Parts: sequence; C-alpha cells; structure tokens
Amino acid sequence: MRKVYREISEIAGNVITVLATGVGNGELATVTAPGFGSLAQVIRIMGDHVSLQVFSGTRGIPTDAEVRFLNEQLRTPYADALLGRVFDGGGRPRDGRPALDGDLIPIVTPPVNPAKRIIPRNMIRTGIPMIDIFNSLVESQKLPIFSVAGEPYNPLLARIALNAEVDIIVLGGMGLKFDDYLYFRDTLEGEGALSRSVLYVHTAADSVVECLLVPDTCLAVAEQFALEGKRVLVLLTDMSNFADALKEVAITMEQIPSTRGYPGDLYSQLAARYEKAVDFEGAGSVTVLAVTTMPGDDVTHPIPDNTGYITEGQFYLRNGRIEPFGSLSRLKQQVNARTRDDHRTIMNTMIQLYAAYKESLEKQSMGFRMSAWDHKLLKYGALFERRLMDLSVNIPLEEALDLGWQILADCFEPQETGIQTSLCERFMPSSSDEELAAACALDAPAVSPAG
Amino acid sequence: MSARSGRVIGVNGNLVTVEFDETVSQNEVAYVTQGDVRLVAEVLRVRGHYADIQVFESTAGVQAGDRVEFTGELLSVELGPGLLAQVFDGLQNPLNVIAEEHGFFLPRGQQVDALRRDTTWEFTPKATPGDRVRAGDTLGVVTEGMFEHRIMVPFATEGVVTVAEVASDGACTVTDRVAALEGPGGARHEVRMMQTWPVRRPIRCYAERLMPTDQLVTKQRILDTFFPVAKGGTFCIPGPFGAGKTVLQQLTSRHADVDIVIVAACGERAGEVVETLREFPVLTDPRTGRSLMERTVIICNTSSMPVAAREASVYTAVTIAEYYRQMGLQVLLLADSTSRWAQALREMSGRLEEIPGEEAFPAYLESVIAAFYERAGCVRLHDGSTGSVTIGGTVSPAGGDFEEPVTQSTLKVVGAFHGLSQRRADARRYPAIDPLDSWSKYPSLVPEHDLKMARQVLTKGHEVEEMMKVVEEEGTSMADFIVYLKAEYLDAVYLQQDAFDPVDGATSGDRQRHVFAQMAQVLAAPVDFPDKNAARGFFQSLTQTTRDWNTTAMDDEQFEALQRRLSDMLCEVTGDA
Ligand SMILES: Nc1ncnc2c1ncn2[C@@H]1O[C@H](COP(=O)(O)OP(=O)(O)OP(=O)(O)O)[C@@H](O)[C@H]1O
Ligand SMILES: [Mg+2]
Repeated sequence: MRKVYREISEIAGNVITVLATGVGNGELATVTAPGFGSLAQVIRIMGDHVSLQVFSGTRGIPTDAEVRFLNEQLRTPYADALLGRVFDGGGRPRDGRPALDGDLIPIVTPPVNPAKRIIPRNMIRTGIPMIDIFNSLVESQKLPIFSVAGEPYNPLLARIALNAEVDIIVLGGMGLKFDDYLYFRDTLEGEGALSRSVLYVHTAADSVVECLLVPDTCLAVAEQFALEGKRVLVLLTDMSNFADALKEVAITMEQIPSTRGYPGDLYSQLAARYEKAVDFEGAGSVTVLAVTTMPGDDVTHPIPDNTGYITEGQFYLRNGRIEPFGSLSRLKQQVNARTRDDHRTIMNTMIQLYAAYKESLEKQSMGFRMSAWDHKLLKYGALFERRLMDLSVNIPLEEALDLGWQILADCFEPQETGIQTSLCERFMPSSSDEELAAACALDAPAVSPAG
Repeated sequence: MSARSGRVIGVNGNLVTVEFDETVSQNEVAYVTQGDVRLVAEVLRVRGHYADIQVFESTAGVQAGDRVEFTGELLSVELGPGLLAQVFDGLQNPLNVIAEEHGFFLPRGQQVDALRRDTTWEFTPKATPGDRVRAGDTLGVVTEGMFEHRIMVPFATEGVVTVAEVASDGACTVTDRVAALEGPGGARHEVRMMQTWPVRRPIRCYAERLMPTDQLVTKQRILDTFFPVAKGGTFCIPGPFGAGKTVLQQLTSRHADVDIVIVAACGERAGEVVETLREFPVLTDPRTGRSLMERTVIICNTSSMPVAAREASVYTAVTIAEYYRQMGLQVLLLADSTSRWAQALREMSGRLEEIPGEEAFPAYLESVIAAFYERAGCVRLHDGSTGSVTIGGTVSPAGGDFEEPVTQSTLKVVGAFHGLSQRRADARRYPAIDPLDSWSKYPSLVPEHDLKMARQVLTKGHEVEEMMKVVEEEGTSMADFIVYLKAEYLDAVYLQQDAFDPVDGATSGDRQRHVFAQMAQVLAAPVDFPDKNAARGFFQSLTQTTRDWNTTAMDDEQFEALQRRLSDMLCEVTGDA
C-alpha cells in the first residue's frame, strides 16, 4: 500500500513532521515538490505525527510537499557490478555511469551471533614496517587512525589498501574534500585497484544526513561480499564527520546531549558500525580501517574516546609518522607468533630501545651530560626514524625485520640489546660500522635495557 | 496467557508508547507483535491509558496500531540444571541454539528456551513426604558437571509448607514434576526441576548475610596482596581504554578460586567474548582438572546487540549467580563494562524525557548502581552451609576521567577499587593497577605490618622519582636513591606479573605469602653501596634473579636454590653474611 500525504506540520533542521498513519519506524519516503526531491526516513512516530529525516536536507521544502511512504526500509543495490563504481552518500552514481540494478539489500543488518565468530588468525601485510612489525593488522580487525587535520591519513589509507592482500576494497568517504575523493579514485585507478573497489563518497558539500548513510551502506555491501567468501577491507574516512552528523541530528531532535554536545548513544552508534568487522567461519571477512580526526589533538574528546573503547587498538599518526607509543594493535599477538621467530623480539626490543632513545634525547635537550650509551641511543633513534618509521618505507615484513637487525647491529653490541643469545646468533648481522662499534664497546652501558 | 492487550501509538527509538484498554502492571513484560515476529518489551512507565515500554530489540518497522500483548509477568530467567557452560544473550536466549537455527546472524523477535527441554538429569530425592520446608530448601539433587545441583523449593514460596510428594530416583527433564508441596490451606503446588525468577528481584532465601571475610584469591599478586577481594564482596576496575580492564577480568575468570564464574559481557566487543568462548572449553581448571567452561556461564550482550537488553543482561547475570549461591557455592560475577549498562539507562532516560543529572545520566543512577552491587554478599543458608556472590565490574569512564558519575557512584558502594592507570599501561607495567591510588577494605593474605612497610616504600619511592626529574640522580641522596630502587624492584618483580607465563601468570595464595616474606626482607634490609651505579647494578641483578624465581614452579628444585641465591645476594650488600 502506498500512502501519500501533503501536509507537513513541522520543519526543523533536517527533520520534517507529517500527519500520517500506518507508517512503520525506519520506513522510507520520498519528499517531492517543484524543484525539490529527496528520500527521507521515519525516525519517530507519535500518534499520527510522523517525523522524518530528509536525506538531502530540508532547504526549500514547502509545507505542501508530497510525502510518499514507500513501505520499505533503507536498501542499496548489491551486485558484482558494484566493483569499479563510485556512488554518492545516497547511493546515486557519482561516476556518470547508469544506476545499478542489482538486488537490493538492507543497509542495516542484524548483529552477528557472537557464537558464530572465530578468533582472528590472518595477518594483513601492509608493507609499512611500523604496522607489520610493531602493530600487525589482522584480518577482521577494526582499527582507527587517530590523527589531526593536515596529517597524511588519506594517503596512508590508500597505501594500506593498495598493499593489503584483500579481495575487495570498499571506501566510504564522509565529508571528504573533493580533492581527496579525486585522490583516492585516481590512486586506486592508477594502481589498477579500482576494478576491485567500490566507493561511496559523501563530500563536504553534500547533505549532512547522507553522511550518516555512508558507513552503513559500505558495511552492508562489505558484509554481503564477505558472506560470499571475499576478504573485504573497508576504509572509512572520516568517522569524526559521521559523529558530528549524528550530533547535528540529535540536537535537531532535541535529545539531551551527554558530553560536549554529543548524544548519549554515540558509543552504541559507533559500535554498531565498527562491530561489523568480522571473520565468518567458512566464508570471508570484513576488516575496518577508519580515520578519526581528533579535534584539538585531544584523545579524550568524545569521538576518539568512544572510538578507542570500541576498536581493537589504534594507530596514532603524528608528524607524518605512525607513533610507536600509543599505537596499539590489540590483535597482533594472534598473528605475530607465527610470522618469524624473531618477530616478537624485534618488536619489543626496538621499542624499548626507542623509548630509551627518547629519554636520552630529553636529557640532551636539558643540557645533561651524554654518556657513550646515550650516544649509541641517539644514533639508534635517528636510524630507526629514518629507515623504519618513515612512511615512505615500503618493504615486506621479513625485509623489515632484517633491517631492524641491521640497525641494531649498526648501533649496539649483541649483549647491549638484551636479546637472547641464540636469536642474536641466528639473526644479527655483524656491524657494518666497525669503528663505532669498537668505540662504543669501550664504555659499556650502566643501564642495559630489560630483555 | 492473559488476554490484556493494547496498540502502539508512538515509536521513539526503542521506546514505544502503547494505549491499553484494561490494566497494566509496572515492569511487566509485553510483546509488540508484527506477524510472527514478537518483540520483547518491558513496561517502564504508565500514564493514564498510556504505557511506555522499552523494547529489547530493534523497532524498525513498528507502526502505530501494532498490537501489543501484556503477559502479566516480570522479566524473568529460567533457573535449573543446564545453565553452566552456556552462552546466553542478555535476555537468556542461548546463542548456540540460535546459531544452529539461524546461522551467522541474530534474528529479531525470536525467543528460545534457555534450558534445553530434551536433556535428562538423574534426580536423587533429598526430602521425604511430610518434611516441613521453606523457599530455597533442598528437595533433591542432580549432578551438573562437577556440582551437586540442588533442586530447591521455589523461591517464591511463602512461609513453611509440607512436602506432599517427591519423585524417586530417575531421569527427569527440567519441566518434569519432581515434587508436590502443600501450603497452609491445603493448597498444592507442583514443583518442577526448573523455576523462573524475576531478574530485578534479589533471591533472598537464606538465614542471614555474613560479613565477607574469606579472601577470594585471584592469583594476581597486586590484587591479592595489596588490594584484596573477599568472597561475597565487591570491587570495581575503572580505567581508560586499552589500560587492561578486560585482560584483567579474563585472567580473573580463569584463575579465581571460586566454584562458578558468571561472565557478563555487557556492551563491549564481541571478539573478546569469542576468546573466552573458544578457549575455555580447552583449558583445564587446575582446581578440578576439568574444563574451565564447566564452571562458567557467559551472558553476552555485546555492543552491537540491542542496547536495552544490555541493561537487562547484568540482572540476568546476577540472578543466575544468586541461584548458584543458594546451593552453597562460591560464585564470582564479572561484568565488563558497567558503564555500557549505565549508558543504556541514560539512553532510555533521555527518551522518557526525565530530568537529566550529571553528564545526562539519570538522577537515579547512583541508587541503581548501589542496588546492583548490594546483590553481592556472603550468606548462611537455612541448612547451615554458606554461599557467596562476589561482583566485580569494570568501569569505562569518558575520557579516562574518574570524576565522572558512573565511576563515582560505583566507588561509593564497592569494597575495593582497582584503578587502572594510563601511565602504567603505556609503560607496559601490567597489570596496570595504580598501586598508589587503588584501595581495598578487605584483609590481605600477607601480614599487615609487612604490607604497611611495602606501601611506604612505594609511596616514598614515587616521591623520590618525581624529585629526581628535577634534581637528576646526582642531586639525590644515597638513602633516597635506595628507596627508589627498592620501590622499582617491588614493582618489577611483584606488582607486575607476566600474564602469558605459565608460572608467573597465576600466583597461588601460598606462594604469594612465601614470596612476599622474601620481598619484605629486601625492603627492610639496610643495604649500602659505594655509589649509585653499584646500587643500580645490584638491584638490576636482583630483579633478574627474582624474575627467574617468579617463573620457576614452587615444586621445581630450582625454586629453593634461586631463593637461597636471592638471600645470598642480599647478605653481600648488607654485610652481615
Ligand atoms: N596484563 C596484561 N598483560 C599483557 N598485556 C596486557 C595486559 N593487560 C592489557 N594488555 C594489553 O593491552 C591491551 C588492551 O587491554 P584490554 O583489552 O584489557 O583493555 P581495556 O581496559 O579492556 O580497554 P577497553 O576499555 O577499550 O575495553 C591488550 O590487548 C594487551 O595488548
Ligand atoms: Mg575492555
């Protein structure tokens, strides 16, 4: 049954209220008027007062606009032909090609039964040593990149996507700058990856409500591909824009805000999306990598804070590098025991020594006297930053581990690293810088790093 | 089923307003029906002929005019043999059964029996006709895994009644009649093996509540020695994200010396439950030699599952805990995270347009939290045996700030505070419990005066550390420097514990007493050194040797040798060798 109404009783923010009956919560409607057309969704019913959120915003809606209820929930086309295509937040083609006629799938799907989940077990290699060695990304993980505006988080996402051994890439852009959209598209295309990607891009110029649809659409499509056995990587940038859109709608609906104006259900809203990351037993997987820009570089801001409570770790991108401190992949221990025998040792030792380097650096900046050990650490820190931390480094894990040993050998005697003798014998190359090694050996450290 | 019904007139998220014809009761269960989908709900507020009900599932598609059926029953759980080793959602639907029927996803509007109706249990009668009994008294027993599971006089029974009949030995299902009771007026009540009980009402069929004094050993040294928990007591673990709340609860759920562990995964990650779910069946409980799963019940309402059911899940969990306490068992309930439950309350309160308190939490948050923790306790049952429910909840404060309402309300009612510190977690000093801020009101397993000294060393050591940041090592006196090194030593080898080491990961109470005595000697020793490098060097090797000791089993011959070595090392620097 189709129901058409022409009497809007209230317009506030992006929400209109019409007098209507027989309408279901969450149902879709079209709102049309001369020069205006948009989809809308029922978000509240009180008697015959039905409130709808208008996807393209309410600007220009007359009170006699036609509201036609469609008796269906939000759905999006799903077909293999999605690959290689670009859509906007509302699911309309953005690439000038015809709309897709595939099956329609609901964009809000029920949660996965926890009893059907399995413990993640496959590492996703990215070619970025700071990830592969120190905080391995794992298939089915949900992980945000915490960053501030101006950091190269989008290039980082693109790089990971291109290197990752996944079948399908789903990119969701929320409030994306048009240039960034073009960057993603061209990069994927240039590397021949567009044909295994589908892009849903809401740009800063589009309506706020459509921003809200992007994660759901991406994740619904990803989930469907995963059920068909595909390993899917979902990139969401920027989830802070999504959260701000939630806030805007909540305020329009006169909900009482909890912290700093954000709605009390921000946690649940974000979790509903991130928890779509899954490894299906006997089918594919969904891995979610998102960008969360931190307003004022403040990790206690409600968006990064709630995100951190939901995701399985985080990468801090600061000064163009993935910070070794603070960054954490909570799933790394599921995979890094099975890569190479020295993986965990290199991971721990190099970070501990880097922490010691930071201390030496601080002492140096305060004008304290530098010991021979401090000098070694300073050399080590510089090498580590240049040869491993730099984001332009793009090498496989094994090569990165070898490089790690090389850096250690260039700076330290084996016993100074605190690494088990047997591992040193197996993996540590002899120092390429004999002279320095000899010089440093004269003055053994007072503090040897714990093993 | 009662025929009372009503019609939906409003939908706002999971709050549905219903116009009803006859009567409704506060908190009764209602179903919003749409074809064969029945969405469970609970009455939250009644105004005139309108009832506001919270629907425990997604309300997508619910329309004005949809029929609502009222059941007359409060939100309840099924209690009987077969709860152990199960995984339930917040409303006690068994997730494995749902998985068998529905595959990967959780369907909407499906209710499944919590207890299997087709399993049979060998019933052994314990009461005889003519016995005078009260609610909670034992009528018979069945064997559930390693426990003698009591089949009890229904908890709702009032006063003293007479046993009219008891089934003889034999196999029964949970719905089989196992006894009949006769009330004062000659009214007969049939007793089945299974009973139901409303989750929001505590089970109080005991003689008296006792002071929690027996220590609940978790095998985490920093907890048992410094911030102990008592059986029947309460504790909370607040901490910023990533500080180690879940890991600590997982360790506790494995090692705690209790009979039964109820894990309530409340609004957190599904992946974390999966670890427990997949690992417990293959891990053996050292106390019993049987699989850990056999003593565990998991209530799992993770973050993407319906929010309102998250709120119910902690009550489902505590009711099951109380049920096993009635059998004279020691039960531990671990809830991760109580903040998610409080947030669910907040969401509903907002929809009800109640006047918000701090950070938009409802004004009654504090009393709700207090009432929940009040359900913990050590009790003496009518038959003289004792049972306990211990509750430990994690708290996830917004921004990691402990001043927020959930942390503060919780701190007012719990007996121990295990505060996790971001600084310690960043330094990978696990478990990252802050040794200076945390506290416990329960007695420790080590001598009070040793403990006091250890605390003093930790406090003083911290002060010296802060001072050294300004005046450098050179500006610090030798005496101060030694206190600092002692504090660091105690931290490194006692407060910190390697969760992944098979020996160090779990330290028994006996071992803690033994090792702590050694620690006390080191802390009290009047050590002296020619210079700071020598002092540091000494404590470094002492740390290394003590770590080796920590990873050596107590019955290993090396254990004593290492301890002797530690004592010798100490003698050398105190000069009284
Ligand atoms: N005792 C421990 N030993 C070793 N590693 C630990 C320990 N505790 C925590 N960690 C590390 O910290 C990570 C986060 O711990 P955990 O999941 O317990 O944090 P949390 O406090 O529950 O965070 P959230 O609030 O986000 O759920 C773990 O994945 C692990 O890498
Ligand atoms: Mg946790």
